[in-house]
Amino acid sequence: MRSFGRFTLFLSSMFVRRESFMTYVRLVIEESIKIGFNSILLVGIVSTFIGAVTTLQTAYNLVSPFIPSYVISLVVRDMTLLELAPTVMAIVYAGKVGSNIAGELGTMRITEQIDALEVMGINAASYLVLPKIIASLITYPMLVVVSAFLSLVGGYLAGSLAGVITPTEFVYGIRYEFIPFNITFALTKAYVFAFLVAAISAYKGFYTKGGALEVGVASTSAVTNSCIAILCADFLLTKLML
Amino acid sequence: MIEVNRLSKSFDDKNILNDISAQFYQGKTNLIIGSSGTGKSVFLKNIVGLIEPDEGEVLFDGRKFTRADENVKADIRREIGMLFQGGALFDSKNVEQNIMFPLDVLTDMPKGEKLDRVNHCLERVGMAGINTKMPSEISGGMKKRVGIARAIVNDSKYLFCDEPNSGLDPQTSIRIDNLIHDITEELNITTIVVTHDMNSVMEIGDSIVFLYKGKKLWEGNNDSIFDSDCEELQDFIFANKLMRAVKKNRG
Ligand SMILES: Nc1ncnc2c1ncn2[C@@H]1O[C@H](COP(=O)(O)OP(=O)(O)OP(=O)(O)O)[C@@H](O)[C@H]1O
Ligand SMILES: [Mg+2]
Repeated sequence: MRSFGRFTLFLSSMFVRRESFMTYVRLVIEESIKIGFNSILLVGIVSTFIGAVTTLQTAYNLVSPFIPSYVISLVVRDMTLLELAPTVMAIVYAGKVGSNIAGELGTMRITEQIDALEVMGINAASYLVLPKIIASLITYPMLVVVSAFLSLVGGYLAGSLAGVITPTEFVYGIRYEFIPFNITFALTKAYVFAFLVAAISAYKGFYTKGGALEVGVASTSAVTNSCIAILCADFLLTKLML
Repeated sequence: MIEVNRLSKSFDDKNILNDISAQFYQGKTNLIIGSSGTGKSVFLKNIVGLIEPDEGEVLFDGRKFTRADENVKADIRREIGMLFQGGALFDSKNVEQNIMFPLDVLTDMPKGEKLDRVNHCLERVGMAGINTKMPSEISGGMKKRVGIARAIVNDSKYLFCDEPNSGLDPQTSIRIDNLIHDITEELNITTIVVTHDMNSVMEIGDSIVFLYKGKKLWEGNNDSIFDSDCEELQDFIFANKLMRAVKKNRG
């Protein structure tokens, strides 16, 4: 509870004494490249494979001849959109980006780089953390879109290569009774998770004390705490929105 | 001149600094000495505002800094340069970007002028030409020099150094000490150096404050330090053989 209070204070401290707007634009662009662009490959690989595997497993489970095979891609579509792309990718994202943010800020803390910024009169919390959170909010939803798309591509390829569903049926299934709200839901989750991962990891890194060992501890705990927060938020959002 | 009046600081009921008053003079290298864990770094951080004192105040040339209005603080901060123990260079920026950083964020100087200044400062600390090196590619001593360049680039009036020669060999230490001393006289700034190195004390101790367990026990300079009757200070100075020999010689 006390650390939640500190977390809130930390977040509000970002909004005082800010540098010029252009500085922030530049920083956000830099961070977006670091956070978002550099995660595309990982997200892409994981999504394609999960999409492929989900398709094969769904096909394996639907053995009844009464169920048309386009149901396979329909199931894959809904699973991808509702859970795989936003949530599972958020766990992957926490592992990559969260540990990176906490490690970077933790190192800056113990080597007094954060103090150096503060001495110059820069609000280190806002200078270092705000651009990361904004960059995460901009890029993670894009990653989710990429992930959803590639999962379906993975499913399409695996389905046709393994001969469990024809390409025409797959596409038909994807379009069958599509609920546009699912996209809103997926993107809402994406924004919430993007914020949680960046803010929690930044908080863990920013308040690191000690030496190199503690930076490692901060990174690990950033990932653990982000994952727990993601799963709790996922549960709450699903309950509230669906 | 920097004045510290009756400054106290505790962390979670543990008293670290106890009612310290001191003066640090312009154009002089002012040293804060004391053994490990006496609170030297905490004292320095209180002076530069990285830690807010529980009691007491700090004045920069008569301007109250502690608990001052944000604008006043910002103005004073612009005049402060600090060299950290490990240099604290920004890992993601090269040497030139590191030194230019205070100019980038604190001024709206045109790029050409900033570059001139950076090169001038690099030259002053004897490191001309390493502009594009990354911090990970230069040695500890070089990092300190670049750190000094970054601290003075914005025409700082106050220079703070926390153990500028920790982790350096004796020869490099003396060079860094002398560099700080010369720059202080040249620019006529107020410099405060935290150290527990007796070599530095002898070399550049224009004005010295001795801290012991969070209290100021003695002040003076590198001449009067041998004649002090403060027991804790005597123990601190004559901890090594060399200094005992120096004393014998003088006596
Ligand atoms: N942020 C902090 N929170 C709690 N205690 C602290 C903090 N910073 C320093 N201390 C404590 O204050 C005491 C003085 O520390 P300080 O770093 O000032 O010593 P020092 O004189 O600089 O020693 P050294 O020569 O080893 O650098 C230590 O006991 C340290 O544990
Ligand atoms: Mg210290």
